[in-house]
Amino acid sequence: MTTVLESLNHALHTAMQADPGVYLLGEDLLDPYGGAFKVARGLSTAFPDRVLTSPISEAGLVGLASGMALRGLRPVVEIMFGDFLTLSADQLINHAAKFRWMYNDRVRVPLVVRTPMGGRRGYGPTHSQSLEKHFLGTPGLRVLAPCDLGDPGLLLRQAILEDDPVLFIENKLLYLCRIPSGKDLADLELTTLNPDSAAAPGLDAQTYAPAYTLRMRGAPPARLTLVAYGYMAHLARQAMVQLAYENEIFTELVILTQLAPFTIQPVLDSVQQTGRVLAIEEGSLSMGWGAEIVARVAAALGPRLLASQRLAALDSAIPASGPLEAETLPDTAAIIQAAKKMV
Amino acid sequence: MTISVQDPSAFYRALCRIRSFEETVLENFPKGVFFGTTHTYIGQEANAVGVLAHCQPQDIVFSNHRCHGHFLAYGGDPHALFAELMGKSTGVCGGRGGSQHLQWKNFYSNGIQGGITPVATGMALAERLQGHSPVVFTFIGDGTLGEGALYESLNLASLWHAPVLFVLENNRIAQTTPVDIAVAGNMAARFSAFGIPAQELDSSDVLEIYPLAGKLVDEVRETQTPRALILHTCRFGPHSKGDDTRSEEAIERMKTQRDPLHLQAARVNDEQSIQIRSEISAEIAAAFQAALADPFPVIHAVAGSSI
Repeated sequence: MTTVLESLNHALHTAMQADPGVYLLGEDLLDPYGGAFKVARGLSTAFPDRVLTSPISEAGLVGLASGMALRGLRPVVEIMFGDFLTLSADQLINHAAKFRWMYNDRVRVPLVVRTPMGGRRGYGPTHSQSLEKHFLGTPGLRVLAPCDLGDPGLLLRQAILEDDPVLFIENKLLYLCRIPSGKDLADLELTTLNPDSAAAPGLDAQTYAPAYTLRMRGAPPARLTLVAYGYMAHLARQAMVQLAYENEIFTELVILTQLAPFTIQPVLDSVQQTGRVLAIEEGSLSMGWGAEIVARVAAALGPRLLASQRLAALDSAIPASGPLEAETLPDTAAIIQAAKKMV
Repeated sequence: MTISVQDPSAFYRALCRIRSFEETVLENFPKGVFFGTTHTYIGQEANAVGVLAHCQPQDIVFSNHRCHGHFLAYGGDPHALFAELMGKSTGVCGGRGGSQHLQWKNFYSNGIQGGITPVATGMALAERLQGHSPVVFTFIGDGTLGEGALYESLNLASLWHAPVLFVLENNRIAQTTPVDIAVAGNMAARFSAFGIPAQELDSSDVLEIYPLAGKLVDEVRETQTPRALILHTCRFGPHSKGDDTRSEEAIERMKTQRDPLHLQAARVNDEQSIQIRSEISAEIAAAFQAALADPFPVIHAVAGSSI
């Protein structure tokens, strides 16, 4: 079985093989090291002229890649830890995401910035965060987050084919998750909602990023919708199975892979049936992604929404110590506990 | 816009066009015809004209908040620039960008100090990697020297052989902050520390700026590696509008000693210079009036926002 890491690595190989305009830029990318999390493994050997290992210059690098994208190439930037994305925030927000619109649609910026987020590895306050919420809602910036369903590599390849900037959020623990086969998901009914799987590169308002809905096969109607992305979607899937078998609480899980801009429709379709929504994220609670999910569901359903909650990390820095970190970040047990309180 | 040194009137015309444009902007701002703010180039005209006289069609220009002079010297249309400042649909960017955010042909500008330098470096690198031999002209100011992104760019441009000409226009004041309380150490050493050869010139004379810029442009074009040109210059006007904290005497002294138009006018006969000023004045006035009459744009959907 393929891991998410293998799928992403394979996708980069495929994308670079297919298009000589694809470049990979980042820190410590050269083999045998192949990047801090090994997503770049083998690429500098296969494409020595197109893997540019760089000095520690996140702002300079993302800006430089924007310039390359403006002038006919398709750069992919690896930011070693998602926490370092703040160093390139100006380049993403005031440059890459702005150019097309501000220049009256006369230019395109086919740039992908990939970065691993997330904790549970004891890296402490500045190497464990999920900072994507700070970039969500930036006009002109698509934010994607693969999960361990479907084809994470395909999502990356489509992002590379796109003509506008994409922030591609990976999760450190998701890397080692194996992509389950149909047999692994035998207890579950998986629906893939793919708004436009055949989207041509550069299609503006369309998305190629799928959403997934999981239900317990043959179960009574669900009374709660879980919404998650990235690694939290993996944990929510575990929670959903346990809730069904151990507590006889039946839920549906909606997984989004496009965080911004996004349509709430797949979530609404589920909550219209269940009446309840629990938004689950690894980032800190306040002003987060879950708040946006709940707000949009509430606005659409009004009094038909029976209950809504968010589950997220504590509004605190992430501690290095294992037990403290475990208390800070939401896990499967926390999802089960939150779900039980809602039904 | 390539200009030959053989023709002093062509330089004079280019200098006058920028001056006349900027004076029209300042004169009409209080009337409420423009949106937002503006940063005029009065006093610095010889830099844009002398440097961009070497700009060839495949070359790229990345400018900053004070970009009108660069845009006009590049060959940009004064009518489209007025219209952009007025937020009209006929503006350079259809009114979306305003004074600081222009894009036309291979000309780009953005209003974030230092942020443009890595982008310009990446453009230069991309062009070189695709087998082209351009020069990317990147205009920065003394104020930009405080931004870290600049130094990351210099390092990357030098390491990866990006054909950039960094043009540092030191007008000795960043908004209201003079260089002596904002810039420590040596300006040229900032570039040479990264292995980027730098040349300095303290002049407002287009005929001094032009040959030095030409030498550096040729070096960038031939070697496809970066160079820096430091032009010590004088900004006669305020940073934007009515925010000049310098003494009137100091500004008058600059205008008397360092006016690039006066310096170049001396090389053109009186009759010719009067005619050029009159033609430019009519051209700019017509551009302004045409822009005034143009329609405002209507908002349309922002790509990607509807999903």
